[in-house]
Amino acid sequence: MAKTDLLFYLSAFLFCSGLLIIFTKKNAIMILMGIELMFNAANLNLVLFNFQKTGMEGQFLALFVIIVAVCEATVGIAIILKTYHYYNTSVPDQISDLKEKP
Amino acid sequence: MMQEIILYLFIGSSIASVFVMILNRNIFYGALALLVCLISLAGIYALLEAEFLAITQLLIYAGGVVVLLIFGIMLTNKISGKPLHTDSHNWLSGVIISTALFGVLVVSFQQVKIINAHNDSYLINHINKVGIELMSTYAAPFELSGILLLVCLIGAAFTASSFKKKTNG
Repeated sequence: MAKTDLLFYLSAFLFCSGLLIIFTKKNAIMILMGIELMFNAANLNLVLFNFQKTGMEGQFLALFVIIVAVCEATVGIAIILKTYHYYNTSVPDQISDLKEKP
Repeated sequence: MMQEIILYLFIGSSIASVFVMILNRNIFYGALALLVCLISLAGIYALLEAEFLAITQLLIYAGGVVVLLIFGIMLTNKISGKPLHTDSHNWLSGVIISTALFGVLVVSFQQVKIINAHNDSYLINHINKVGIELMSTYAAPFELSGILLLVCLIGAAFTASSFKKKTNG
């Protein structure tokens, strides 16, 4: 397959659209989805560079990136649930006071 | 030839689902579009001879993370019959910054000289090699990732649990 050069631009596009989602969306879970999209763009890049050569280092790095991304997602969801329990909102702009509301 | 058609199909579906994620206001549809994007990326991985990574992507991302995100959406939005809308802001600066970064990345990818030392090795069993390497060369990161997963499980369960402390300290 000689058309794999197109996939580099796909990974760049995925990374930039994840950044755009993080910038524009207000909900915290949508921001988490943007972070997952950026992780996947980096993974696609790793797999692509691994495909160009012999050896499997890129695949293993991508595998461990997936594991760390899963940990990040679970802890992020737990923190979002806890802040929702305190502040009754999942929009980070509306969480502006440090003290718990009475 | 057939492979290229399938590759273009996966690329098109991932780009379309990303556009749905950006432009749609319903956050639940955003999660489903993320699911489509992750599945098509798993297909691309399978075409790039990373079969184990494709299966891992399907099992962990499409099966675990998206379900977790949908749980989060359902638990943090008041379900009252109306659709789960989310607002958006900072459109101008976000579009400017992300298109600028995209331009930089495209220019730098055009300047990369890719030495394609790949030989068509479709007959090699890659999953066998993954298993052997994971238990020999990459044994230490493998065990460390197990510890990381355990710490993350305990931390997430403790953070999201709702029991009150008895003492007022």
